[in-house]
Amino acid sequence: MPALDFSFYTWANISTYLLSGLYFSVSLTIAATIGGIALGTVIALMRLSGIKPLEYAALWYVNLLRSIPLVMVILWFFLLMPSAFYNLFPGDIGQKYRAEICALITFIIFEAAFFSEIVRAGIQSLPRGQTFAGQALGMTYAQNMRYIVLPQAMRNMLPVFLTQTIVLFQDTSLVYAIGAYDILKGFEIMGNTFGRRVETYIMAAVVYFIISFALSMLVKRLNEKIRILR
Amino acid sequence: MIEMKNVSKWYGATQVLNDCSLNIDKGEVVVVCGPSGSGKSTLIKTINALEPVQKGEIWVDGVAVHDRATNLPKLRSRVGMVFQHFELFPHLTVTDNLTIAQMKVLGRGQDEAKQRGLKMLERVGLTAHKDKFPGQLSGGQQQRVAIARALSMDPIVMLFDEPTSALDPEMVGEVLDVMVGLAAEGMTMMVVTHEMGFARKVSNRVIFMDVGGHILEDTSKDEFFGNIEARQPRTREFLNKILPH
Repeated sequence: MPALDFSFYTWANISTYLLSGLYFSVSLTIAATIGGIALGTVIALMRLSGIKPLEYAALWYVNLLRSIPLVMVILWFFLLMPSAFYNLFPGDIGQKYRAEICALITFIIFEAAFFSEIVRAGIQSLPRGQTFAGQALGMTYAQNMRYIVLPQAMRNMLPVFLTQTIVLFQDTSLVYAIGAYDILKGFEIMGNTFGRRVETYIMAAVVYFIISFALSMLVKRLNEKIRILR
Repeated sequence: MIEMKNVSKWYGATQVLNDCSLNIDKGEVVVVCGPSGSGKSTLIKTINALEPVQKGEIWVDGVAVHDRATNLPKLRSRVGMVFQHFELFPHLTVTDNLTIAQMKVLGRGQDEAKQRGLKMLERVGLTAHKDKFPGQLSGGQQQRVAIARALSMDPIVMLFDEPTSALDPEMVGEVLDVMVGLAAEGMTMMVVTHEMGFARKVSNRVIFMDVGGHILEDTSKDEFFGNIEARQPRTREFLNKILPH
């Protein structure tokens, strides 16, 4: 095995090959988390609505997406979505960023299934009395959710949301399947360019580790803080 | 003010309210007591439809609570309720607890809601705690805030569901004092409680419920406490257990 050589990691090379990939990975993680929580909340509310058609639709949404590997969802969406869809975006954005748009949409759809279960657990773990109190003050179902139940459920679930976000961040590497330029892709191209694939995959692992580990530490501290608040 | 006619309720096959009828006039203070499992808490929660009933009629100030077409949020906004476990909103400050429903339900402006809320907070003697969160208050203080929160809505009647049962003994007095004050002002009140001292002091009538959701007694306070020999055997048994010896 040849000796490892990391000397090609110059600032110029990093900014050429890696920064835009890192930017995309992080942006995708943040956007998919926000979008996933928003859509997931809607699905959780459908699931708990007591209206049978909505309940079953939500149930099937969650069961289906939790039973399919993410990479397949990404591929299907990429291959099956007609080209006309991408023309809906202004200018040539749609055609130019086809893989990125596809990645964002599939991640939101996929993660919403997981986030909805977290939101549902958060809502169900609230004492029944809180709902009673809101109702007794004359709040409608929607007001009670908006002002009393969801804020508490979200706060209690914050560490779990973040844990899911860590998984999500690691999963963003799956966009390699459709050729989107994420951090892993950046490392891969860099490795091929300099003939240093071992060194680039080692560094890729280090970058994923540092970001994920830092987030885990944050979760741990949040958990302690929330325990004190209760 | 409150009228209940032949109300029955089941949880599955278990009957929790059995043909309950009662009447509470404006300004009356009615205490409901009875052993656990007798359906007292369920009974009081049917009045603002937190617990729906399967049979019978409930009228509050002329509004048919049992009618599916009734606008329940509107009715509930006029009926104050205080819970055993306070149920303040832990993510909101005391002030926000007092104002949120006034603003979102009654449509009051922030200034008006705050003014009204703080007036009620002063009434329960907790003005100094207006910026705290519920978790920073003692149980007795939380329950007094909960009473202030209900009063901020200008209710036509107040329902108390075991308001002192979850409190340390030394905090019971401060909550009861607030309730005594309310009764003295003429507030219509229905109180589920085991505090017989309170019942003796301020109630007009006492209702005794027994297991299975039966109303066994509904009689004036003087008759209830003054003529124990005339009470039903189950009532006597209960009173012998909980009255101080």
